[in-house]
Amino acid sequence: MSDVLKIRRGTDIKLQGEAEKILTDAPQAESYAIKPTDFDGIKPKVVVKEGHEVKAGTVLMYDKNMEAVKFTSPVSGEVAKVKRGDKRKLLEIVILADKEIKYEDFGSADPNSLGREEIIKKMCDSGVWPFVRQRPYDVIANPEDKPKSIFITAFDSAPLAPDNDFIFHGQGALFQKGLDALAKLTEGKVHLTVDGSAGVDEAFTQAKNVVLHKVSGPHPAGNVGVHIHNFDPIGAGETVWTLNAQDVLTIGRLFESGKFDATRIITICGSQIKDPKYYKTILGTNTKKLFQDLAKHDQENRYISGNVLTGDKIDEDGYLGFYNYQLTAIPEGGEPRMFGWITPNPKKFSIHRSMVSWLQPSKKYELNAELNGEERPFVVTEEYEKVFPFDIYPVQLIKAIMVDDIELMEALGIYEVAPEDFALCEVVCTSKIPSQTIVRDGLNMLRKEMS
Amino acid sequence: MSNAIHKFIENKVKPSFDEGGKLEKFYPAYDALETFLFVPPHTAKKGAHIRDGVDMKRTMIIVVLAMIPALLFGMWNTGHQHFLATGEAATLMEKFLFGLIKVLPLVVVSYGVGLGVEFIFAIIKKHQVNEGYLVSGMLIPLCLPVDIPLWMVAVATIFAVIIGKEVFGGTGMNILNVALTARAFLFFAYPTWMSGDKVWIAEGTSAANNFADGSTGATLLAQATERSSGFVDAAGVAYGDTFWASFMGWIPGSIGETSVFAILIGAAILLITGIGSWKIMLSGVIGAFTMGLIFNAFAVNEFMEVPAHMHLVMGGFAFGIVFMATDPVTASQTSTGKYIYGFLIGFLAIMIRVFNPAYPEGVMLAILFMNVMAPLIDHYVIQANIKRRQKRAVPVAA
Repeated sequence: MSDVLKIRRGTDIKLQGEAEKILTDAPQAESYAIKPTDFDGIKPKVVVKEGHEVKAGTVLMYDKNMEAVKFTSPVSGEVAKVKRGDKRKLLEIVILADKEIKYEDFGSADPNSLGREEIIKKMCDSGVWPFVRQRPYDVIANPEDKPKSIFITAFDSAPLAPDNDFIFHGQGALFQKGLDALAKLTEGKVHLTVDGSAGVDEAFTQAKNVVLHKVSGPHPAGNVGVHIHNFDPIGAGETVWTLNAQDVLTIGRLFESGKFDATRIITICGSQIKDPKYYKTILGTNTKKLFQDLAKHDQENRYISGNVLTGDKIDEDGYLGFYNYQLTAIPEGGEPRMFGWITPNPKKFSIHRSMVSWLQPSKKYELNAELNGEERPFVVTEEYEKVFPFDIYPVQLIKAIMVDDIELMEALGIYEVAPEDFALCEVVCTSKIPSQTIVRDGLNMLRKEMS
Repeated sequence: MSNAIHKFIENKVKPSFDEGGKLEKFYPAYDALETFLFVPPHTAKKGAHIRDGVDMKRTMIIVVLAMIPALLFGMWNTGHQHFLATGEAATLMEKFLFGLIKVLPLVVVSYGVGLGVEFIFAIIKKHQVNEGYLVSGMLIPLCLPVDIPLWMVAVATIFAVIIGKEVFGGTGMNILNVALTARAFLFFAYPTWMSGDKVWIAEGTSAANNFADGSTGATLLAQATERSSGFVDAAGVAYGDTFWASFMGWIPGSIGETSVFAILIGAAILLITGIGSWKIMLSGVIGAFTMGLIFNAFAVNEFMEVPAHMHLVMGGFAFGIVFMATDPVTASQTSTGKYIYGFLIGFLAIMIRVFNPAYPEGVMLAILFMNVMAPLIDHYVIQANIKRRQKRAVPVAA
């Protein structure tokens, strides 16, 4: 059953600052936040006001498009701020945390004895539903849909990503509970994908109610889009739901204890982190204390919630995103380099052999956030294809999105991809085309047209 | 040091080009020069936080570097052919200097005029000056006969950059290879300067026709219309080994096209760096060889009897397939498409060359024709992909 799927097209960008496999408790932060900007395509409606007392699991806001989908507080405490930006766009709901977290009680239950509707209701009310995402569009799943299958990824192949085998060791029972719940949500299969290049933890191999797939190869081998494309491709009108394995643990805990316990294990990593390690923390944690203590401050840093490819730039005083399992710090950079377009520059990573990067395959880079060039029209061909393991023409798809040609986008396979699948394309692009943004805009536009 | 220079430019030079400055209109020109001196310090504002070290300038400059061997050889060969025709003895250095004096003005005019047009367009359309012309500017002189008047080069360059590129939206948007557009323009507008037996060897400065008796300026292709072997050089002496002479390049022809050896050095640079497509080059050679073999098999005239392998080293074939067919903007963009595109260029180039001796430069026409056809090839390749995926997507239950 579990032959290893080998992904060939892609690249692992080896960065300095990989987390050592030591798990520590992160100090409790003063505040935690839910960032509506983490959720593409929702219309948030806030139901709490500044000063309200909330528990972990208390509803903070819901989505006006899908009112069943609620977003709840990860900790207990007082709503400190509802932060808005331009045009009153909702940016953050900040909670000042209690020392001791109090939880809403949603009632523990054995998912095997519950029906589909009961499970969905429990997940929606407690706020774990947003962990379930869907393709097409790469947005929060609509609880009213019937997905043809569910994909759970336990293989994160992004640079400096956490190793789920390490995180999941000994968590088998809880994981199974979450899987049992999810298995009730689809009439199709639940697919679980793990890193096939190394030994697989028994939390995964012993898992029941799922089809286990081993995948190996360079990034984006761990992207769920690649798995769907290979194991159960999406056809017209079909929907697939996707989850990250760690969130299945959160769902498992909900059924185990009846609480929305948003604890997660993250890596705090990157070349600007002094002692990169694994930390146990809570969703939405404030990062100020963490970065102040752990980051090097010899130069300007770029702080990222998530990985260097798809993560969000945050301030030192920022918050861990809803779908992020890493906090990364790299140098910001931004030095003009004289004649930098011809010097060999061994410090820069490249998949192109016009730089010397290919002569040093085992080098671990200390990369900064420099663009290394200016945006240009497409010129170089077949470079995206090297890091894009889909039977899809990526550049042609991007161009179709640029000219708003809906029919062509559909024909070229936009429903199968998410911005994250284009992250490496964006990295290697000679013309510095912002392809993740373009794909996201295309998906949003399409979703609007289709509804 | 470099930081100090950058600060000086930022503080002293930039303000006059910024909004409200005296030279505001010329900002694109300033921008082009600044980014030539320094890779700008921009950091990623959205999307991936780390980026590949490569950029368009590096890519283009490497192509220019790849052409340098052909350029240097072309300079030497210009002198070599000249002294061969006049019957004078000359040292390597004398030949090279003679060629340098002949060729350099062409390069200067091509770059000067072409970049001038680019700058003007950048200023009018308020966009950045693109690097694409760096390559075109070198290709244009290399694919011309050495005695072409400079004003013609200037006119052709203006035509090529405006009609061939800018009207389509600039680099990355053009359909036809810019350098070949310039060459085709000259070929059809001033055919007497672009073909025949007189144009390939540089004349001296003193007398108009100081070539020795018995000398000939006919290229191998021109000679091949009459015979399939026994080719003679500029002095009228038969080559010992024509293939070798043609491979090494001491034959008359356009400046950069004669030496397959020098071109192969360039090809190696393009292939190692991955900038030139090996798919196009390989399939192009196979296409040309195939056509050559077909002609050999059904030969009814002398030209058709020219051995297939000779076709690969004669005329501009090697130069065209290495430097022009691989232009990523005008070539097919899909992997499968590149094989078809390259093969047909090789195939058609030899076909045109042999069937229509009035156009000995079949390569130019073949590439231009396939430039036009490339989007069509890609269209069908992509349609096949779309159909394949649609078939797969039919729900089993339905």
